Amino acid sequence: MLSENKNPTINHNPGHVKHDGHNMTGFIIFLCSESIIFFAFFVGYGILKVTAPVWYPEGIDGIAVKEPLINTVILVSSSFVIYFAEKSLHKKNLWGFRSIWFITMLMGSYFVYGQYIEWSELSFSLQSGVFGGMFYLLTGFHGLHVITGILLMGLMLYRSFLPNNYQRGEMGVESVSLFWHFVDVIWIILFVLIYLWQ
Amino acid sequence: MTIINYDQRLVKSKNPYPRGPNDWKRFFSFNTDAKVIGIQYIVTALFFLLLGGLLGMLVRGELITPPSDLFDPTVYNGLYTMHGTVMLFLFLFPMLSGLTNLLVPPMIGAPDMAFPKLNALAFWLVPVFSIILLLSFFVPGGPASSGWWSYPPISIQNPLGKMINGEMLWITAISLSGISSIMGAVNFVTTIIRMRAPGMGFFKMPIFIWTVLAAQLLQLLGLPALTGGAIMLFFDLSFGTSFFRIEGGGDPVLFQHFFWFYSHPAVYVMVLPVFGIFSELFPVYARKPLFGYKFVAVASFGITILSLVVWVHHMFYTGTPMWMRNLFMFTTMLIAVPTGVKVFAWIATLWGGNLRLSTPMLFCLGGLFNFIFGGITGVMLATVPVDIHVGNTYFVVAHFHYIIFNTIAFGIFAGIYHWFPKFTGRMFYEGLGKVHFALTFVGATLNWLPLHWAGLLGMPRRVASYDPEFAIWNVIASIGAFILGVASIPFILNMVSSWVRGKAAPPNPWRAIGLEWLLPSPPPHENFEDDIPTVLNEPYCYGLDKPFVQDEQFYIDKSFKKH
Repeated sequence: MLSENKNPTINHNPGHVKHDGHNMTGFIIFLCSESIIFFAFFVGYGILKVTAPVWYPEGIDGIAVKEPLINTVILVSSSFVIYFAEKSLHKKNLWGFRSIWFITMLMGSYFVYGQYIEWSELSFSLQSGVFGGMFYLLTGFHGLHVITGILLMGLMLYRSFLPNNYQRGEMGVESVSLFWHFVDVIWIILFVLIYLWQ
Repeated sequence: MTIINYDQRLVKSKNPYPRGPNDWKRFFSFNTDAKVIGIQYIVTALFFLLLGGLLGMLVRGELITPPSDLFDPTVYNGLYTMHGTVMLFLFLFPMLSGLTNLLVPPMIGAPDMAFPKLNALAFWLVPVFSIILLLSFFVPGGPASSGWWSYPPISIQNPLGKMINGEMLWITAISLSGISSIMGAVNFVTTIIRMRAPGMGFFKMPIFIWTVLAAQLLQLLGLPALTGGAIMLFFDLSFGTSFFRIEGGGDPVLFQHFFWFYSHPAVYVMVLPVFGIFSELFPVYARKPLFGYKFVAVASFGITILSLVVWVHHMFYTGTPMWMRNLFMFTTMLIAVPTGVKVFAWIATLWGGNLRLSTPMLFCLGGLFNFIFGGITGVMLATVPVDIHVGNTYFVVAHFHYIIFNTIAFGIFAGIYHWFPKFTGRMFYEGLGKVHFALTFVGATLNWLPLHWAGLLGMPRRVASYDPEFAIWNVIASIGAFILGVASIPFILNMVSSWVRGKAAPPNPWRAIGLEWLLPSPPPHENFEDDIPTVLNEPYCYGLDKPFVQDEQFYIDKSFKKH
């Protein structure tokens, strides 16, 4: 019945032991998909800006760039900071990781604060024509992603205090860091579209 | 040498597969087993097929006479909108997710999906958004009634001025459905890329897996565009923005771009797995290898790529510039090439085969026949002058029902019958299956074939009353619709009664090649457990002297072992 000696090098492969940790693959696929929503918004923004008969709401002929630029610099540099946090973790420098990671969180929080200040000082609202809607939609949707990123970082920070947390790899930290880079790149495109292309 | 290792494995493997869980309560719980989730999806979807069919029969009941006598025209608008929405988002997508969940892990030799919890969550969103959608029947103003495509400005009118209205519930339900689909897509793609059995390179995967991969990549690329559009529509409807409001400087046609950028590929998301089912079943029931395996496999990706650049053909009559019309006419016609590759491969597979006309094969043959017909009317509609002439008439309705019901639903029925013994462990009743097929084929043909004529004569879609000259076609169509309703009786009878007391199914009742057929029926909880076979060839070598997996006899013997 069973051909033991015919083919001694036969290969019966273990099953579920092998499949543990496709989280990174799944997360990258998800991010690619998520970027399409932003892509759709950006394309919509571009088309409406080019074709709309009236773009800026009445009494406004542009928006200030200076404060958002400071915000941008902080968010973009936080992407480098998080890279160093990840690097310290790879070197098993746990406290180095925690402190640099926390600095990234602070920088992200400052960005959200700056965004809040900007929103509260603007003279137009969500209902002010196409530009008003687009402005709040894009910055709001991006802001939600920033807040999500900060919350995820908080979770990773909490988890770093759990014993044996990194026994199965550092996939959580790597994923959150990737997400942060993603949020950052989206902001750069958004900044160019809204603030520089006036 | 390795012989020692092998013997140890053999000792372990001599144990039969453990008995699968046999507790009906697991189907009503948050279960992470892909096989349970698959059946949850399929049963839920079949329930909504009945509901959507009922709505469809109400629509046909209204249209059996020229004046709008059965329903008020406003109610009629709600009926066809909900019919389309229920059929697409509550029947077809969950149904295909269910089949995919059942089939992907065993077909590639994986124990489960890559993210079982995410999988369960994706399923449990279905009842949530279904309830939200169906609740819209009970809010003031009734359900959404701007058609399943929900074009502004009609969709953002909100005449009663209420915050919670049918349209708002519709958008919420569709967005949740989108989230569920994205969760599913991430899961399926990761599983297929990372969890295949050893030796199963891309060009040894079953075609069904190829088509699922192509379809789910399409979900990932297209669906977010609709989500983006839906968010903007929601803001326009509820928060007074003017993205699509012409009076606020917005552009209603922009929504159509967002909508069709996804919703045209959505047709391929649904039809590709059905192409996969055809490609799996024809070789089994014709006892011949699949003709041109590699071409059929690659053609799936040809369809994926092309389908992302054809969406404007839905908008030929909405003031699209001429160069755009010509460009999209060209790309749309180009998609007939990879599709044609598949159709010719199926016909060549059937040619000279030893056909077994059992129920799954009958549904496949019927589906292929209808698909060729629907494909030809599709090429007609891709032609700009024809489309401008028959756009928004019953010709379009007839065309897409030939694809969506007469092809996709036929393929789904074929798949359900074919894999029913594998996943329930019971054989179905062949006679009832044949009655189901005969009623479905006659009903579907009577329902949608005459509507081509009504459309060519100029009968517009989405109206409750029409000119009496179209009456004869509508009477025939309505009779067809009621026959389709009757066809569900032998189907339900068959499924329920065979699952409860059908004959026990052997592991491989159709003498098919494929990893899932090397497992007992029903498969154990983790499929192959610690004995995952090494794949040597693609699963279509009928009548050829090519082994499918290493040490095939071992797996066959094991699958017959009683618990």
